[in-house]
Amino acid sequence: MVSELPWDSKTGTLKRELAQGMMDPASRRALEAALQIKETQGAHICAVTMGPVMAQEILHQAMALGADAGVLLTDRRMAGADTFLTSHILSLFIQREYENFDLVICGSQTSDSETGQVGPQLAEALNIPAIGYVNQISVKENTVEAQRHVDDFFEILIMDLPGLITIDLSAYKPRYLALEGVEKAFENPDIRRIDVTGLGLDESFNALKDSPTRIIDVFSPTSQGNNRVLKGAVKKVIDQLFDEYGKVISSAMGKDLKTHEHDEV
Amino acid sequence: MMKSTKEIWVFGDYRNYFQNRVTLQILSRAVDLASNTGGKVCAVVLGHKVNEYVAEYIAHGAQKVYAMDDPRLSLYSLETYSRLLTGLAKTYQPETILVGATRFGQEMAPRVAKQLGTGLTADCIDLEINEKGLLVQIAPSFGGNLIAKIITPVKRPQMATVRPGTFQEQPHDYQATGEILILSLPEDLPKDRIRLLTSEHRPSKKQKIEDADIVICGGRGMGSKGKFKKLFDLAALMNAEVGATRPVVYSEWVSHHALVGQAGKNIKPKILMSFGISGAIQHTAALTDADFIIAINKNPNATMMKMADVAIVADANQACLGIMKALKEKIRD
Repeated sequence: MVSELPWDSKTGTLKRELAQGMMDPASRRALEAALQIKETQGAHICAVTMGPVMAQEILHQAMALGADAGVLLTDRRMAGADTFLTSHILSLFIQREYENFDLVICGSQTSDSETGQVGPQLAEALNIPAIGYVNQISVKENTVEAQRHVDDFFEILIMDLPGLITIDLSAYKPRYLALEGVEKAFENPDIRRIDVTGLGLDESFNALKDSPTRIIDVFSPTSQGNNRVLKGAVKKVIDQLFDEYGKVISSAMGKDLKTHEHDEV
Repeated sequence: MMKSTKEIWVFGDYRNYFQNRVTLQILSRAVDLASNTGGKVCAVVLGHKVNEYVAEYIAHGAQKVYAMDDPRLSLYSLETYSRLLTGLAKTYQPETILVGATRFGQEMAPRVAKQLGTGLTADCIDLEINEKGLLVQIAPSFGGNLIAKIITPVKRPQMATVRPGTFQEQPHDYQATGEILILSLPEDLPKDRIRLLTSEHRPSKKQKIEDADIVICGGRGMGSKGKFKKLFDLAALMNAEVGATRPVVYSEWVSHHALVGQAGKNIKPKILMSFGISGAIQHTAALTDADFIIAINKNPNATMMKMADVAIVADANQACLGIMKALKEKIRD
């Protein structure tokens, strides 16, 4: 239940800092995949995120779990970035600091905005191939082999490196961080912070203004027509249910429903 | 304002057709949108031996089809398809591009938008045209707790992905005619950096209740163990999972795995259907992430009925049977 809309009507952005300072479940799985590569084949892992200062916490967590570096891209001028600009900002960091990277691993979609767009767009910005919703990866010499199950197809793909993978929400169950690890994590001061100028962006950069999309309104779906009560004969109320909410139901089912069966006879 | 034709493009996603009907559903909405903007509804079809789909899209509302038919396009390749769609959009400058939010569409559309330097809204649940003629992209945000209206004020095309099942397809009209533009593959197609080793058609594995889009929960109000079992039949029809309250689990109508609530499972479905549940806090605490709740109970004053979006005052068992009957008539096979 949302009691207060985390929506800033002045700037037209969602106030993400109101969300908890916990690593997103999708990112945890991405990190787990990276940790497993490091453990079996060796790797340098850099955990990077873009967000408000409090997002630093999740980088501490990532380092405690085994990431070798933690970088926070943070600047008021980055606030309000849509996926187009978020992926741009992330790509600038990678190009500047990790020019010879092999693999970028992302969660498939975050639990807040759930767009699933940053991964593919980051790959485009870096001009590298990408495979989404991956269940299993194995890194070879100059390629990565990935398995996934998408749109009812089971696929095994080989991708040239450098490349980008997004990890499916069902794969790479994340490990727990032991309490002592948490304490250690916060002793570790080595989180780098980079701002707009540190990425070589213009001083006048303004993600909110420069994003191609703009949020014009946000509303709560449950506050409208709340608590519709249907009563009467069972047949009648069920017809009413499908007449009024058929679209909601068919969308969740992922199946097409006929609106009025008697029209089609 | 950038120069633009007023075409609305719909990406022809035909893999898994006949089951996957998202392209037809979006075409239907595009026809409505075009009636507001005066634009033309176009489908873009990439692949090999795609005549069938070209005809199908015209029968479902496309006035024009851009088609590339080539053996080199016989695999659904993300890299190739996104390059081709981008190239077509640069040449013909559509006002809008709509893509079905299949996994393929969810991967392809962001790449196309990025190459075109334009915005993209994910998983729209509705699309409208505002008074300025802009496409209003309506999509869930913040974990589905909020809905955002989004526009792309300057950049073109305006782009959005749309979840399957969001719009109703139009009945097909095989008398309809449309312009078909057959285009040849560009010479400079870059080498694919991804190679497909294996591809097997495998229907989705069984989902878990925590991830289910629809959860059907039953309480003691279902009446008996035998009647409770009907919820599993309803669930099979709706691609749903079945959950239960503590008393039901204790009565051994269903196994402990189905327990939703304290010491059980938290769920986050798009729709929760609640049958014969009064709404003890141990149960309702696990329901806060449900997007839309439909509750059925004889008692209109039950807590569960108060917290529902739609409260149906009826016998839970009878309602279950009635909904199954209605669905059997409505589902297209």
